[in-house]
Amino acid sequence: MRAVSEPAIDVAHLDVTRGGRHVLVNVSLEVSRGSVTGLLGPSGCGKTTLMRAIVGVQAMVSGEVTVLGRPAGEAGLRRRVGYVTQAPSVYGDLTVEENLRYFARIVDVSDERVAEVSRTVGLTGRERQVVNSMSGGERARVSLATALLNRPELLILDEPTVGLDPILRAELWQTFHHLAGSGATLLISSHVMDEASACDALLLMRDGALLAQTTPSELRRRTGEDDLGRAFLTVIKERPSTR
Amino acid sequence: MTPRITLATARRVLWQIRRDRRTVALIVLVPCVLLVLMRYVLYEQPGTFQHIGAPLCGLFPFILMFLVTSITMLRERTTGTLERLMTLPLAKLDVLAGYGIAFGLLAAVQAGIVCAVGFLALGLHAPHGAWLVALLAVGNALLGMALGLFVSAFAQTEFQAVQFMPAVVFPQMLLCGLFVARATMAPLLYDLSWALPLTYAYEALQRATRPAALTAALLGDVLVIVAATLAALALGAVTLRRRTA
Repeated sequence: MRAVSEPAIDVAHLDVTRGGRHVLVNVSLEVSRGSVTGLLGPSGCGKTTLMRAIVGVQAMVSGEVTVLGRPAGEAGLRRRVGYVTQAPSVYGDLTVEENLRYFARIVDVSDERVAEVSRTVGLTGRERQVVNSMSGGERARVSLATALLNRPELLILDEPTVGLDPILRAELWQTFHHLAGSGATLLISSHVMDEASACDALLLMRDGALLAQTTPSELRRRTGEDDLGRAFLTVIKERPSTR
Repeated sequence: MTPRITLATARRVLWQIRRDRRTVALIVLVPCVLLVLMRYVLYEQPGTFQHIGAPLCGLFPFILMFLVTSITMLRERTTGTLERLMTLPLAKLDVLAGYGIAFGLLAAVQAGIVCAVGFLALGLHAPHGAWLVALLAVGNALLGMALGLFVSAFAQTEFQAVQFMPAVVFPQMLLCGLFVARATMAPLLYDLSWALPLTYAYEALQRATRPAALTAALLGDVLVIVAATLAALALGAVTLRRRTA
């Protein structure tokens, strides 16, 4: 799935400090266009900070982060990059439809798109429900739907499948591949290793450092482990923590 | 700034408030109940009721919009929706103006009802027209909104945001001259009162509710209110950050 053009995300020597602590240390990576890339690592390893740096909402960043050929956070990228935070960021006191319509106005797409994205995340028929009365997984899907409205070229999804039932999770991963098939690039974080096998490419993180940039098959071959979770453990043993 | 986004934001804020029926009821009813209460507390002193109650009709919206905005904005900050908005193609001014339109409309409704109760039902006098008091009330509400927007940046929880009301609003209420003439205060407080925006809001309302002919001084007070509102909005805009730690 190697795109011929420049990478969708190009990160070089990224360092991020938060409250005097180094959260990301010298991270360099590339994400090719049209791929589904999994960002994996234990909770607290810096996945969210890395995603925030790519979206351009993270302060105290040094190094170079280039997104779709532009410096991360540039105003023009706000139309081209969709970001879904780990905690659903939608208005709990509005209905699904009211939320989606508001965000549709902001990104200037029609109301037909509202119905389309509701279908994509499996919320058809629930449009009139107030978000606060929904389950955590349903709220996460409303949040995801808002990011799909204007068909962004790059989607940054922070743990989008947490708390979802297995069937829905599988469906969403199908949707992700479908989106990639139509040309979008997706960077998806997870701390569940069984989702890694559904990715075209993998970024393995630990303690603010990038351990490996690889693919599921390459990771299996290199470590001789069929199970990706155990393969990840092998990689960690190869490169002990620097801290 | 895009009118489409500004108006969508205003409508969204109004929808959020509309869904919270109890808040709407409190916004509309509480000032009226307080005014009725004051009328009968000052049963034997109709002069005092006129003196305090009439300007108060125009100050209630300031207090309530300060509170409602600081909490709405705090929620926007803590639930991550503000961060999401900041990643989207909208200007900070769209957010500020959207809030301004929504709360301005809400304040107009509130001021209209309070003024109707005060000037029609409770016998307060507005020698220059109750509409002038209502108009000043909407201006004061926007001042309260702008201040609430700004201070919401310094609260981490709704509990803290509520505490900003006694911290920011009460001292201004005490020093603005509503309860005690400013000239009779300790000299230091008198000097300090010139620096507080609510002083000018009260002065304007006082002029609008006293029989003396209106002068250009009213315009001066209004200009100070507008300037303070814009200054607070500018400070509020600084607290809407695209990048955060």
